[in-house]
Amino acid sequence: MSILVLADLHEGQLAGATASVVAAAQQIIKDSGGDIDVLIAGDNVHAAAEAAAKLDGVSKVRVADNAVYAHQLAEPMGKLLAELAGDYTHVLASASTTGKNVMPRLAALKDVSQISDIISVESADTFKRPIYAGNAIATVKSDDALKVITVRPSAYDGVAESGGAPVEAVDVVVENSQSTFINEALAKSDRPELAGAKVVISGGRGMGNGENFKLLDGIADKLGAAIGASRAAVDAGFVPNDMQVGQTGKIVAPDLYIAVGISGAIQHLAGMKDAKVIVAINKDEEAPIFQVADYGLVADLFEALPEFEQKL
Amino acid sequence: MKVLVAVKRVIDYNVKIRVKPDNSNVDLTNVKMAMNPFCEIAVEEAVRLKEKGVATEIVAVTIGPKQAQEQLRTALALGADRAIHVETDEQVDSLGAAKAFAKLVEDEQPGLVLLGKQAIDSDNNQAGQMLAALTDLPQGTFASDVNVEGEKVTVTREIDGGLQTIELSLPAIITTDLRLNEPRYAKLPDIMKAKKKPLDVKSADDLGVSFASNVSLVSVEPPAERQGGIKVGSVDELIDKLKNEAKVL
Repeated sequence: MSILVLADLHEGQLAGATASVVAAAQQIIKDSGGDIDVLIAGDNVHAAAEAAAKLDGVSKVRVADNAVYAHQLAEPMGKLLAELAGDYTHVLASASTTGKNVMPRLAALKDVSQISDIISVESADTFKRPIYAGNAIATVKSDDALKVITVRPSAYDGVAESGGAPVEAVDVVVENSQSTFINEALAKSDRPELAGAKVVISGGRGMGNGENFKLLDGIADKLGAAIGASRAAVDAGFVPNDMQVGQTGKIVAPDLYIAVGISGAIQHLAGMKDAKVIVAINKDEEAPIFQVADYGLVADLFEALPEFEQKL
Repeated sequence: MKVLVAVKRVIDYNVKIRVKPDNSNVDLTNVKMAMNPFCEIAVEEAVRLKEKGVATEIVAVTIGPKQAQEQLRTALALGADRAIHVETDEQVDSLGAAKAFAKLVEDEQPGLVLLGKQAIDSDNNQAGQMLAALTDLPQGTFASDVNVEGEKVTVTREIDGGLQTIELSLPAIITTDLRLNEPRYAKLPDIMKAKKKPLDVKSADDLGVSFASNVSLVSVEPPAERQGGIKVGSVDELIDKLKNEAKVL
């Protein structure tokens, strides 16, 4: 058993999801043993490689540092992974937009199926994953020689950072004349990353407009929370789409999720119903969100939020 | 330029699904089916490209049972020119679907292939990427903006931290995100006209592909039920419960 983990990068730095994917890899090798190697691919990624080397359970870090891998475009990344995959029984990545973009390309190049977004490892070839927006959990078994898997990061606590794995260079360089990076518009925020935050407070259509999302700022600051949104709030233009929690947005599983002015549509619940504690603040006492909320407050959010902030 | 657009017949997104009592799968008998919402967006984008004079012909394709022709007729009513149905009663995974689509891409030589980013039943988010790999074409996944200019297409993609814009050489494979467009409704005269548009039926054998998969479904279970909680009467009570009962503050 030997596993390659494709590391997630965010602006060239190692993203937190990688520690969760390594935790899933440890589950796979639990019974039989084996190596877990981490692949860092990008342009000028020494810092990310150093950070990955500290993750517990990592055997070695392989670094493909070349301009062709900048921004992890799918075409060169697919070729790189296909070159390296021969040494491994499993290739894992987080179910981030990068993992989702690149991994099916690897799977098809190796003529194997992919298992997306696993939430549990039953054995080295059997995994659980949600289907139908999380309304059913499928157990699937793969008989492919190479298992290509994406891991839902919120389903695993990341491994600790006390290790010191060796770092080695990968000299595979591929050509790419098919795709070119033009630019990126990344949302800037001092708050924790939504997908990894311990506390998330989200607003929905009930917020009324984008300006009113400021009512969440003070509470988020006091709780160290990330701010999310429902699709209704994103579609209405209140907030940018990278804040969306749900089937088509981000999947979160924080300790505390506070849903404000969110009715609780199936697609939104798919993104947050694994939170440990759910609080709903909504003036409609019939809203479906109250059926999953541990604590529900039927109240006008414009009165409840300032009071909540002040009393925290 | 010819545009190929893939559509999938799935359970309607508003339906609350049931797991079969024997845990073999989700129960789809007598359940409302519809075109996958992300596929509707792909069809709409293809039609808009035709309205802009970029696309000259739109070919809608699907893989699935006989009934999936309903979704092809919907695509034809929305503006596709003709349709290809790869008929099968087998379970088709993303790799099998991508292999069939790859053969159709080889036969039809489109300038652009549009697919939804994921089907809301399997939630795999794989087929477009796999098709791109099998045809050795570039991919623009999770697209929220698509601009064809000459031999290139510029795609703005929804990524975790925000938006990313890339340029791809044509032909290319694009998968649609929800915010790419707002799909139109089919009008009755268009639905009538769609009945006369050509629809070819092919089999896996015709395409020389197999839908056999090495991944098998062991079981399907409902997720753990969340216990409905309590309603609190005031902000003070809420804070007290979060501090002393749930201990999350």
